[in-house]
Amino acid sequence: MQELIRRYGISLSVIMAAMTAFWLLALVVIPNLVLFKFSFRLYLPVDQLGGPNDVYTLKNYITFFQSPIHINVFFLTILYSSMVTIICLMVTYPLAYILAKVLKPTDTATFFLVLLIPLWVSEILRSFAWFIILSMQGPLNAILTGIGLIDKPIRWISGFQSVVIGLVYAYILFMLFPIYNAIQALDTNQIEASEDLGASTWRTHWRVIIPHAKPGIASGCVMVFMLCAGSVVVPTTLASTNSRWFTEIIQQWMFEGLDWNVGSAYAFLLLVLCIVFVSLVMRVLNVRLVDIAK
Amino acid sequence: MSEDVHLSQICMDFGSFRAVNNVEVTIKPGEFFSFLGPSGCGKTTILRLISGFMEPTQGAVKIGGKDMKGIRPNSRPTALIFQNLALFPLMPVWENITFGLEVRGVSKELRRAKAEELLQLVDLHDSADKRISQLSGGQKQRVAIARALAVEPKVMLLDEPLSALDLKLRQHMRAELRAIQKRTGVTFIYITHDQGEALAMSDRVGVMSQGVLQQVATPQEIYNNPVNGFVASFVGENNVVSGRVASVAGGVASFETAKGTFRAKLGASVAMGDQAKLFVRPEFCTLQQSADPSVNSIAVEVTEIAFEGNFVNVFVRDQSGDTHMVQVQNDPSMPPPAPHTSCQMVFNPDSCMILSEAATARSAH
Repeated sequence: MQELIRRYGISLSVIMAAMTAFWLLALVVIPNLVLFKFSFRLYLPVDQLGGPNDVYTLKNYITFFQSPIHINVFFLTILYSSMVTIICLMVTYPLAYILAKVLKPTDTATFFLVLLIPLWVSEILRSFAWFIILSMQGPLNAILTGIGLIDKPIRWISGFQSVVIGLVYAYILFMLFPIYNAIQALDTNQIEASEDLGASTWRTHWRVIIPHAKPGIASGCVMVFMLCAGSVVVPTTLASTNSRWFTEIIQQWMFEGLDWNVGSAYAFLLLVLCIVFVSLVMRVLNVRLVDIAK
Repeated sequence: MSEDVHLSQICMDFGSFRAVNNVEVTIKPGEFFSFLGPSGCGKTTILRLISGFMEPTQGAVKIGGKDMKGIRPNSRPTALIFQNLALFPLMPVWENITFGLEVRGVSKELRRAKAEELLQLVDLHDSADKRISQLSGGQKQRVAIARALAVEPKVMLLDEPLSALDLKLRQHMRAELRAIQKRTGVTFIYITHDQGEALAMSDRVGVMSQGVLQQVATPQEIYNNPVNGFVASFVGENNVVSGRVASVAGGVASFETAKGTFRAKLGASVAMGDQAKLFVRPEFCTLQQSADPSVNSIAVEVTEIAFEGNFVNVFVRDQSGDTHMVQVQNDPSMPPPAPHTSCQMVFNPDSCMILSEAATARSAH
């Protein structure tokens, strides 16, 4: 804070701090607190508001635990979010290693530009693009049948597979950057030392590079998982009739049922249960929160 | 336990830049061999060629008579100690030391025992379970040596491993490295730009400049009989006088300069009539009241005296304004002449040499 004042002067520093505080309070903290309060109140006709029925209750939360379909959708959301996270990790780690340690720095810059440009396009547009790519008469099926890999078009948009494809594409860079940063910070001499001492490439990755990159891997995984579980656009755009995402249920409660109270309760359940899940996985994999914050 | 290393006509190009030029040398089994040269002379490239991180553009690296072409670093009988040591910070000391055994599938009990044994060898007790960050610079050094020794290499490669240590520790580690090399009998190839290190530790030294190996010889030979001006001036101090070889008789040449005619030994690559330089070490020069016709002498005036402890450097200026240095033993009963004293700087013809410039890219294909 003193550094900030020294550099920009007192008035500019106060303005910057005030704007950050406003953003945090007015746009994050207060709306969440309002929703939190909503989640403990009942959805009542206007004339009953403030009456004897308008009490604080856990009924909204109990609604979730009494509906097996919603519980099922919740677990499927967790399952497929985990799957997206794992796919992202598998694709990203080799890529991050190549970008950080194999390519020349000038080539790396070009690669990053190529990877970043699609991110400038909005998520909705990118999801619709995938909707077109994956459709029955779409380019993907045309290419695959064209080169003779498949005989007849595949129905990509069925079950969760199109949602998984869309989510991997939407969030893969959130996995790439932390892992790339972690590997890049590793002294190349350590990789060479490992090889010089007789380690195979695989062993060098397992014993030297991955342990070093673990904080980056963990923060990438947490980010991708949370973004997936909370994603609305990709599941609504690319979902088929037999795949529902938990966020869609929240949306239905709020905008179709107009019951903001149950909707809020579901939103907080998603948040809390995801945090519990992530904490458990971190415990199992022996990663601490401070490592991720690095 | 150890193998010889033969560098056969090695060249290494980076684009159009030739970093190593036609280097030919055989390092004997069990020898402590140093490559000595200024930064950018190609000595680290040579080390990476031997360890297998690079393949030579031309020529071959042979270890124990076997051509190493196409053999990756993890399959070569060498162990490299990096300049920054490259210890693994996430492993405790003992796992660092036995990493090379771990990848060879040695059991944990055996590895632990081996780690303790190697820690004894490098004189680092009770540190097996410490973290790398808990160690001092000298201790890290020892762990790096132990880690390299653990794989029982035939050839140990050291890339200026002492450069990060302070002076006292560096001198101590020199003796330590030398002792470890004698105890294990492994061939040591040491890279340094520090002539003191190279001279004090090595059996033989290879002096390099601009990718070319200038001279390979024992430290005494390098110091006393340098083959050219580069070796003479890179290793130790010199007083230099330019001139022309006037005549040669029985290995002793008459050398004509602006400061007079001197007699001196003729270096290998210099012939009669050549323009060359005369090199004489400060410790072979003395200051006298009057000239002595049996030796070389230059009339000088004392300008400055630098007291170094066990010896004294006396700086003198001759009549053409060039500064020379005379090194005398510190002896309170015979103090050096005071500044502004006029005297003669004399040196024996046996202790000075006429040498040509450094050998440069003689085979730039």
